Amino acid sequence: MLVEIENLRVQFPTATGMSEAVRNVSLTLGQEKLGIVGESGSGKSLTARSIMRLLPSNARITADRLQFDGIDLLTADEPALRRIRGRRAGLIMQDPKYSLNPVMTAGAQIAEAWRVHRGGSRKVAAQAAIDLLAQVQIRDPARVAGSYPHELSGGMGQRVMIAMMLAPDPELLIADEPTSALDASVQAEILRLIEDLVSRRGMGLLLISHDLPLVSHFCDRVAVMYAGRIVEELPAGELTRATHPYTRGLLECLPTLSHPQRRLKVMQRDPSWLI
Amino acid sequence: MTGHRLRQALASLASVPVTLFGLVLVTFLIGRAMPIDPVIAIAGDHAPPDVIARVRLEMGLDQPLPVQFWIYLRNLLHGDLGHSVMTSRAVTEDIARFFPATLELATTAMIVAVLLGVPLGVVAAWRQGSRFDHVVRVFSLAGQSVPVFVLGLVCLLVFYAKLGIAPGTGQLDVAYEGLVPHITGMLVLDAALDGDWDEFWDAAAHLVQPAAVLAYFSMAYITRMTRAFMIEALSGEYIVTARAKGLSASRILWRHAFGNITVRLVTVLALAYAGLLEGAVITETVFSWPGIGLYLTGSLLNADMNAVLGATLVIGLVYLVLNLLSDLAYSLLDPRVR
Amino acid sequence: MSAFTTVLSRDWLLSETPASRAQAAWVRRYRGWLQFRANGLAMVGLATVAVMIVASLAAPLLAWQNPSAQDLAGRLAWPSAAHWFGTDELGRDIFSRILYGGRITLGMVVAVVALVAPIGLAVGSVAGYLGGIVDRVLMRVTDVFLAFPRLVLALAFVAALKPGITSAIIAIALTAWPPYARLARAETMTVRNTDFIAAVRLAGASAPRIILRHIVPLCLSSVIVRVTLDMSGIILTAAALGFLGMGAQPPMPEWGTMIAASRAYILEQWWVPTIPGVAIFAVSLAFNLLGDGMRDVLDPRQR
Repeated sequence: MLVEIENLRVQFPTATGMSEAVRNVSLTLGQEKLGIVGESGSGKSLTARSIMRLLPSNARITADRLQFDGIDLLTADEPALRRIRGRRAGLIMQDPKYSLNPVMTAGAQIAEAWRVHRGGSRKVAAQAAIDLLAQVQIRDPARVAGSYPHELSGGMGQRVMIAMMLAPDPELLIADEPTSALDASVQAEILRLIEDLVSRRGMGLLLISHDLPLVSHFCDRVAVMYAGRIVEELPAGELTRATHPYTRGLLECLPTLSHPQRRLKVMQRDPSWLI
Repeated sequence: MTGHRLRQALASLASVPVTLFGLVLVTFLIGRAMPIDPVIAIAGDHAPPDVIARVRLEMGLDQPLPVQFWIYLRNLLHGDLGHSVMTSRAVTEDIARFFPATLELATTAMIVAVLLGVPLGVVAAWRQGSRFDHVVRVFSLAGQSVPVFVLGLVCLLVFYAKLGIAPGTGQLDVAYEGLVPHITGMLVLDAALDGDWDEFWDAAAHLVQPAAVLAYFSMAYITRMTRAFMIEALSGEYIVTARAKGLSASRILWRHAFGNITVRLVTVLALAYAGLLEGAVITETVFSWPGIGLYLTGSLLNADMNAVLGATLVIGLVYLVLNLLSDLAYSLLDPRVR
Repeated sequence: MSAFTTVLSRDWLLSETPASRAQAAWVRRYRGWLQFRANGLAMVGLATVAVMIVASLAAPLLAWQNPSAQDLAGRLAWPSAAHWFGTDELGRDIFSRILYGGRITLGMVVAVVALVAPIGLAVGSVAGYLGGIVDRVLMRVTDVFLAFPRLVLALAFVAALKPGITSAIIAIALTAWPPYARLARAETMTVRNTDFIAAVRLAGASAPRIILRHIVPLCLSSVIVRVTLDMSGIILTAAALGFLGMGAQPPMPEWGTMIAASRAYILEQWWVPTIPGVAIFAVSLAFNLLGDGMRDVLDPRQR
């Protein structure tokens, strides 16, 4: 197993005591595509970032088990974590406008990721950056490599981000709402690109989104999170067999062509889901 | 360079003449509002009435105010700021004589302030909330709160009078006075250029205390701004990206976070340098440092109007240029087009 | 009675689900206060400022010696039971003079703020709201005043007027208003085009009414933070003017003036000029600590 999580808890101190953002989450991930779905604040991003130990500094994290390829992430020191971050697991975030360094060119940022993990001269790394940009289907990779992030469109920026995270050839890719900030027309393109690259390189993928149909379309398995815990986990093809009322609520509030409804249902939240 | 950026740079350049004109107008008006009769200042207290009348006519003081301003402006364009009563030299000559000492003092202070302030701010931001951060916070708040003249006096008391490890006031020991050739007007530099190392070390020793006092004042500001910028930069999403790439802490800190604040920091440094001029006025008074500040306060006490206005105008001018540089740095250096 | 205790209870003040707008406002204030209170340095600043204000207001009660009574036989005395901080070059009790000096400093600060805040607010909000040529002219004027270092311009102004406290106040005020105008203008620009201002305008409100009733109140909170942070600058400038002989004139017990008068004794009777220096430093630091803590609470972005 690439990732093994058992009873993960993430807490934050507040004025009125500790607030629990992730409670007793357990999941495993191999060389497959797992989707985590949930609304904002459900703890899906924190769960994913725990795998790279990239939580905010005031977060308290505990778990019975938190492992990456057998390495205990809770006791690993900074150098050990650095050998995992980037090198073996990459992270793509929501909005390239903020997640790319605004004062470094796209090429320099990709080349940096390459050199840190693979070494080599500046020249080799710069060439590798251009190759990688070509791999993420950018037509004019040399020009994009010399551009600053603000000169790139959202879709282009996200391709740069993907190229950067693929540079050291990792085994796991975490994509945290990779298309939420993009135009609808570009969203599918980027997701197909990610899927294609992941399948071709035989990587594991953890796709985080609030969009249940989208996730089920691209993933093998789907975990649904609500208020810090996983309420349901099932194969992507068997969504219709979901039993938890929250999952059902998410599905029923969507319009479909096959079962037209006069009025879409509104999610009725049950306080008992929180316990 | 994009057109937008060039336009922005030109816009900040275009505002200069207007501000400059305002600067001159304000100094002119201050001069006319002064309770001292400029005629008596020139002709002397006991000049006969006809002499006074003649001088008044010569100075154009019988003219209406706008005409007087025009005359003032015209003289200014010819580099004529009038004569100083105190030194009985042309004010421009005086300023040229006193300014290098201020430049020497302020630049030394600036170098010290930057070399200490920037790293302190960066590390405090990196260790935000730690004991180190708190110490730096108090240390820099104290620097912004301590009156420069008190700090100067206490330094003289402790290091000169009690411990005897620092020289007293002035730019050079009396024994060396007049021995250093006037090349740049900055004594430490001149002594070095002259190759006289005794004089060099004496001048340098005299520079240490006032420069340190002055540096503390701006270091406090630089540290606080650096820390604030760094905290903001470190909370950016691109820092998470950098960490996710597996970069080392120092690379994240300096290449990614610090790399993002350098342009803003340059503008802060320009403003800090301008602020040093203000501190220099007091520091020079305490340490009898023969710079433009001492010249200004000296002429104030002697009601030497032309000298006061000239010094004020020149300091305002330097201030303006530094502000302009800081604006230009922003629009020319930042790769992000606003 | 019971309603009163509910209002004052911690739970009511920390409620996650306030029942009224008033409660929500109090929850926010109380949270801010808790955050402020957790900042030990800011609390030290607050306490020092409070002590300074009380001590200077009560100076006639606390200082049992006449601050201007001279005793040339007992001049430059080391601190003792009779003279807690010793005596100055004319044998006056330094402790009393420090207390009375606090009144002068406090009075100058209050006067400057009372002059500066309204002028800055007026210029900034008018410029920001009306825009166009008015904005350009007002901002150019602001730029001109910003183009001088504060102390230097204040010195020139004082020289033009006549050295003294009133001139010093006017001079500091003249040099201190531009940042307020810029601040108020920036705040005004952000609300100028909002829908609620458009609604007021549609309701037929005049420009002065919109500026006074709707825009100025919104600028006020950031101006208050700015004022607190500016206090130490005003105190330092006032003291520097006094020290350079351009502010309060002897025999007034203004701190900067006291240092100037006793400056010659720094090497022998060092406490005489040092004690007023410590007073300036303490009060100025206290305001900085206070303002720093307030900014953390009220404007967390600018830490």
